[in-house]
Amino acid sequence: MTALRFQILRRITQLGVLALFWLGANMHLGVLTGNLSGSRIFGVVPMADPFAALQIATTGHLPGNTVLIGSAVTLGLWFLLGGRSFCSWVCPVNLVSDAAAATKRRFRLPIGFAVPRSTRNWVLALALVLSATSGVAAFELVSPIGFIQRELIFGVGLGLLAVPLLFLADLTLLKRGWCGSLCPLGAFWSLVGSRSPLGIRFDDESCNRCMDCVAVCPEAHVLNFNHLSTTGFIRSGDCTRCGRCIEVCSTEACSFGMRPPPAGATRNGDTHVHG
Amino acid sequence: MSEAFSRRSFFRGGLSGRGVAAATAGGLGASYVLDMAKAEGRPTRPPGARPEEHFLATCTKCGQCVEACPFGTLKLATAGDEVPAGTPWFEPRDVPCEMCEDVPCARACPSGSLDTQINILDASMGLAVMTDQENCLAYKGLRCEACYRACPLLDEAITLDMKPQERTGRHAYFLPIVHSEACTGCGKCERACVMEKAAIQVLPRDLALGIGGDHYRFGWDEEAIISRDFVAPTSSPQVIDQQGVLDSMNDLSGIEEAP
Repeated sequence: MTALRFQILRRITQLGVLALFWLGANMHLGVLTGNLSGSRIFGVVPMADPFAALQIATTGHLPGNTVLIGSAVTLGLWFLLGGRSFCSWVCPVNLVSDAAAATKRRFRLPIGFAVPRSTRNWVLALALVLSATSGVAAFELVSPIGFIQRELIFGVGLGLLAVPLLFLADLTLLKRGWCGSLCPLGAFWSLVGSRSPLGIRFDDESCNRCMDCVAVCPEAHVLNFNHLSTTGFIRSGDCTRCGRCIEVCSTEACSFGMRPPPAGATRNGDTHVHG
Repeated sequence: MSEAFSRRSFFRGGLSGRGVAAATAGGLGASYVLDMAKAEGRPTRPPGARPEEHFLATCTKCGQCVEACPFGTLKLATAGDEVPAGTPWFEPRDVPCEMCEDVPCARACPSGSLDTQINILDASMGLAVMTDQENCLAYKGLRCEACYRACPLLDEAITLDMKPQERTGRHAYFLPIVHSEACTGCGKCERACVMEKAAIQVLPRDLALGIGGDHYRFGWDEEAIISRDFVAPTSSPQVIDQQGVLDSMNDLSGIEEAP
């Protein structure tokens, strides 16, 4: 039970997925072919970025059958796993933004300017509008996630400059600027995750309000104890299911668990709360 | 429910004047960046690629065609290439297309950007064009033929046109001629060209080919189309009855009697 168990696991999945894609592209290992935009598992099961498919559909072109099936597979999988769990368990940009946040904490740097969280929803809407008007999947053409993962897997190019840019922007200017406020893919998975069955359960009786979890949470607004004390579950899709709250909690008040039914949430199996 | 997604909270904080201004600025900036990213070069695409507009709209930049290519021909454009980033392309002068019979790249495409059913002989990745006749060795009267010999569709996509060579008066030019209906744009010719910079290059088809227009009729083609009963006009001089023409024009009967 190391205090960093989920963080270690997440680095393993983040780097592992990239490594499998890299081995597929460069060593012809057939476990994962393609990249995060579209892939096949063992050359058979397709996966595809459903947000990219949505943008393609917005251009007025029908995405290919395999992309449609792959999008459904991916959407289903990440719905079950929590939506933005993609952000914290797979997306390579998470490594960058976590590194910036950790550096800030370590050297007690200023938190930075907080861009409104809702901005990412506007960026999502803008991406769809621009896809419709320009005739290309707009976000996909400029996505730093796309640049970084593609150029790590298929060959280095100028797109990897996105790594220092995002890191420096978070380090010097913004409070989790890209992942927390701007990324439309995060906004998309947040919508999916707001109904996801898998998430973080909260035990109000164990919690001593030490705020350790709030200090490390990348989306601290989801830890609203007024709500949590009645719902016993982080219901917000913004939660990335990274598990940092579980790791740092000294009283084991947080844990991975299933979403309780909407009304009359049950916690600890004995207390019924209406809210 | 309050923390879960609701339509009201979706755009919360975005409807202030500052928000609208930021959104407008962001939108304009984004569309400018998008235009820059889109209006780039005219790359040679993998076999089976749909027309560029359709291709760009549907390609998910997943790279599965690149991985399927056994010869390392295809690559994904990185930021900084003269091609929209993330899309597959190749540079024939570096590594041309080997025209695999089973077209593994196109078969791997999940997005419909490449026609998975494409027959490689029907592929049109581009069109080879003699871009520089002034420097081409064959046009100088030398027996080069490198492009002609390299063509996988020998004597179909590139033929040699023989012409008398006036300079010596006793030799012939062997001039390579590309035939657009057979050429797949694989780029073997461009790769093979012995010059420092190739005199024959693969260009996008729409850039390389002119459009004649439907109004042109070529007699030598029409003869094959018109019916057997049609008798082509002969060029024998016609005898004109000049007096008859004058009489006909001066005949006012029928006009004077009109009401």
